[in-house]
Amino acid sequence: MKSLLKYFKGYIKECILGPLFKLLEASFELIIPLIVADLIDKGIGYGDNHYIIKMALLMIGFGLVGFVISITAQYYSAKAATAFSTKVRSALFSHIQTLSYTEIDNLGTAGLITRMTSDINQLQNGVNMTLRLFLRSPFVVLGATIMAFTINVKAALIFVVTIVLLSIVVFGIMLITIPLYRKVQKGLDKVLGLTRDNLNGVRVIRAFALEDNEIKTFAGENDHYVKIQLLVGRISALLNPLTFAMVNLATAYLIYRGAVKVDTGILTVGQVVALVNYMSQILVELIKFANFIYLDIKALACADRIESVLLIKSSMKEGDEEEGDEGKKGQVVFDHVSLRYDKTQDEAIENISFTADAGQLIGIIGGTGSGKTSLVNMIPRFYDASKGAVYVDGVDVKDYTYEGLRKRIGIVPQTSVLFAGTIRSNMKWGAKDASDEDIYKALKIAQAAEFVEEAGGLDAPVSEGGKNFSGGQRQRLAIARSLVSCPEILILDDSCSALDFATDAALRQGLKEMDNSPTIFLIASRTSSIMKADLIIVLEDGRVDGMGKHEELLKNSSVYQEIYYSQNGGRDNE
Amino acid sequence: MSKTKNSNWPLYKKILKYIGRYKILLLISLIMAAINSVLALYLPVLIGKGVDTIIGKGEVDFTALFKVIKTMGIIIFISALSGWIMNALNNRVTFDVVRDIRKEAFNKLQRMPLSYIDSSPKGDIVSRIIADIDQIADGLLLGFTQLFTGIITIFGTLLFMLFIEARIALLVVVVTPLSILVSSFIARKTHKHFIKQSEAKGKQTALINEYVGNEKVLIAFGHEDEAVEDFDNVNEELKHISFKATFYSSLTNPSTRFVNNLVYALVALTGGRCCVKGLMTVGQLTSFLSYANQYTKPFNEISSVVTELQNSVACAGRVFELIDQDEQSPDNKDAYVLEGARGSILIKNMSFAYSEDKPLIENFNLDVKPGQRVAIVGPTGCGKTTFINLLMRFYDPVDGDIIIDGKPSSNITRKSLRLSFGMVLQDTWLRRGTVRDNITLGREGITDEEVIEAAKKARAHSFIKRLENGYDTVLGEDGGILSQGQKQLICIARVMLRIPPMLILDEATSSIDTRTEIKIQEAFQTLMEGRTSFIVAHRLSTIRSADVILVMKDGHIIESGKHEKLLADGGFYANLYNSQFS
Repeated sequence: MKSLLKYFKGYIKECILGPLFKLLEASFELIIPLIVADLIDKGIGYGDNHYIIKMALLMIGFGLVGFVISITAQYYSAKAATAFSTKVRSALFSHIQTLSYTEIDNLGTAGLITRMTSDINQLQNGVNMTLRLFLRSPFVVLGATIMAFTINVKAALIFVVTIVLLSIVVFGIMLITIPLYRKVQKGLDKVLGLTRDNLNGVRVIRAFALEDNEIKTFAGENDHYVKIQLLVGRISALLNPLTFAMVNLATAYLIYRGAVKVDTGILTVGQVVALVNYMSQILVELIKFANFIYLDIKALACADRIESVLLIKSSMKEGDEEEGDEGKKGQVVFDHVSLRYDKTQDEAIENISFTADAGQLIGIIGGTGSGKTSLVNMIPRFYDASKGAVYVDGVDVKDYTYEGLRKRIGIVPQTSVLFAGTIRSNMKWGAKDASDEDIYKALKIAQAAEFVEEAGGLDAPVSEGGKNFSGGQRQRLAIARSLVSCPEILILDDSCSALDFATDAALRQGLKEMDNSPTIFLIASRTSSIMKADLIIVLEDGRVDGMGKHEELLKNSSVYQEIYYSQNGGRDNE
Repeated sequence: MSKTKNSNWPLYKKILKYIGRYKILLLISLIMAAINSVLALYLPVLIGKGVDTIIGKGEVDFTALFKVIKTMGIIIFISALSGWIMNALNNRVTFDVVRDIRKEAFNKLQRMPLSYIDSSPKGDIVSRIIADIDQIADGLLLGFTQLFTGIITIFGTLLFMLFIEARIALLVVVVTPLSILVSSFIARKTHKHFIKQSEAKGKQTALINEYVGNEKVLIAFGHEDEAVEDFDNVNEELKHISFKATFYSSLTNPSTRFVNNLVYALVALTGGRCCVKGLMTVGQLTSFLSYANQYTKPFNEISSVVTELQNSVACAGRVFELIDQDEQSPDNKDAYVLEGARGSILIKNMSFAYSEDKPLIENFNLDVKPGQRVAIVGPTGCGKTTFINLLMRFYDPVDGDIIIDGKPSSNITRKSLRLSFGMVLQDTWLRRGTVRDNITLGREGITDEEVIEAAKKARAHSFIKRLENGYDTVLGEDGGILSQGQKQLICIARVMLRIPPMLILDEATSSIDTRTEIKIQEAFQTLMEGRTSFIVAHRLSTIRSADVILVMKDGHIIESGKHEKLLADGGFYANLYNSQFS
């Protein structure tokens, strides 16, 4: 929580004024029992009606002032809490934007989304309640005790003992239940996970006729979840009756001690009544405080989770080079590059070197998990090489600013993601200032112009994730998006898997004919897609099995041969 | 609000049906609540009596005081005990009711037609089963604990006050509703801010889901600054709306507290004057003052319970909407149980449409002999996947029949029909759990040897072996660390575990390298010897060896036959084929 405190900056006034006004209001409340005592002792005791009216008016006046003060307090609390959460949210979102692929892999996007949404909401709630109650409740409890001391020291000692005992009970129950609440949350997460899995796998579940199994598993987890809920419920159900009993027993004792003191003339009846009133104020505040503490503990846990994300620094350092070497424009060099995602894992890429010259088509092929994507991900510096260096336009990728590097590169990832908006807004991701003409050009090359026209042109809506387009259409749109900026380097990571072969072929033809003739990295599963490449890199378990042109590889690379013949029937088909 | 109240009645009835199972527990809880609140109310009377034994110096009636204190002790004990029992029972009933509803909802999901699941956002269904049902729990719990005790407390307080001094009681009765008026006025005014707030939050969540959920794409396109800008706009908007909602709603407490203070002062005033006149004792005034304090509390509580309940009812509406959805039509009573199917499939004049105005498959005819390998090719959106949906009876045809082994598939039990097909889809689905669980899919009685054997056939064994804990490696959501191809291999291993009489492979090997694919094909081929199979694929190597190739376009079969014949015909297929080698 500590490092989050800086987001209160600019609202320190509100943070101080909010609780301060709360305390002021509480002070007025604390005076009321004294007025009542006076009313009883002087007003009723001497039969003075005027005095009674005076005291009653005083109480109403105090009530009115208290009302205005507490509204002021709520105003400042609400202001500080919403401003704080807005700032934290904005800071967290901006921070996430600075992370690299490595950190995103570790944190997982689902976790990040929870941090951004429900965690911050709970935090806002917690801050709001803290500003309102954190000081108020202890203040009232303490104040009531002090007031009791001003009435009679010995009677006030009963307050001290009661409060100590109450604190033990309240905090004891909390200490037991808080870890249990965490278990409840885990139980809910499990039930949630099962439900989501079930929905995502509905076809498989039905195909394997596993509905009954699912029902059984779910019932088990559901029962388990309810069991923990019940356990926590049973323990926290003790809180109210226990505090109720303790405070009232203390009141009974207070009356007895008061009676003794009145009998000996140390106290008046009004003062005993005042003491009793203070005791009941304490009860009310304690119950509020206990509820508030639960909320606050939850909020603090959320704060910790948010903080832990904010503390994660990107494992990469941005360089400051904006431009590359003009003479080496479009050139990509891998110099003894290795990549290891995690210290505990083997290298995903082992010692790879090659040079791709401007305008060349580089084909990358290899088995499942052979490191194709890992290799190309190092060009836009999504991951840093653990050994060796990657050069784009003659400059080490680590020396570029992120923007300086990535504006040169167009990439089409394996899964094509579109964003809610229009076709145009999606295409402009590639280049902010692209004209409609630029966009159409890109769409044509990507074989997407036709269905975009049918859908209603560039203003056709795209729903979240691009769900209103088929898989193949999404892929083509994703390809077009990366072409809009006319990048020097184009990376297609198996981006044509959902295309039928006619479209695939037309697309490749289109790429070949692009005006600015970019250097193209094409990850493919079919040799037919890359057999005309200037350089083919054959990967096997993160190592290069062969590198060269189609004909050479057919002679030298056993992996390439196998792939080729597996797709083309046999040697005699050549 | 008032309009929805009437239409909510059926919903209340439905919830009551679930609660009804726990009638006896609830009855005990209600009795406990009554005991608890009446006794808690009696305490101020006792305190007042205690105070009245204290008259002044040397004038304390200690025998009477001791009696009062003894009674107080007993009452406190019983009241606390009944309070605890009540709380515990309410917990029990609430969580049990909610468990039942959640179970029902989940079970329902298993019987829902796929058309519903396909057409509803998954997040929405999940939030119905999780968040909405939790809200029902919150509402019920609060309702059970506070509604009844609140009502008893209000009436009890009234009675006690009337007993002590009717005129002051009337004063309290007349002034307190003010606090309800004030709080409901504020609630009404705040409501629109809350709606605005949840809209703004929804907008922001959608943006977060989209941007953070696809953070890698964002980075790849250097879109970070724009994203921050977009986000800050939405965020700033939320800040203002959220401030208003928070502030206005937080006015309720000070306002009702002010009304309470007003009542308190008035009671002190009139009570004090009564005391002077000798109509009342100081002790009675003390009880009265504490009643005046308590009387308004349940009103506030009830109003918050009502808000919470309204919220819960809204959620219950969403949950029951799910539970009350039409189920898929149940299997016919005399439905045939398909076992050891030979695999002859005859499709006659079949039509299908996802929505009525857009027919997708029309007048579809097909005759597949047992043991034939059928490859389906065609451009995206031609109806390949729909055809498989129909074969598996995920959807039912609008017209026409699918006849399997001479039986119309609509008269075969879904379970036996689906188990007769082994299906591997392009969309891999893995669940949180171990690799082994993902292969067996939780079915019992499968030995480790069988699992390994299946994995070997699917060419998955070698990479599984290399995972940290082998077959016991726990996979995260959606397969976690595995690559797309590895996930497909695991999905194939599932089918290898128990080879069914017929097979459907829908782009099942699209992410697997071709060498591995060939090996898997070989494994399939030996196992599929003499079994009917349907294969949707892009790779010609897979298609070429099929017994029949169906070329589909716009929901029709436009060409069919063997590879060589289709090539010789020089039609659509020939075009497709030649384009691959251009």
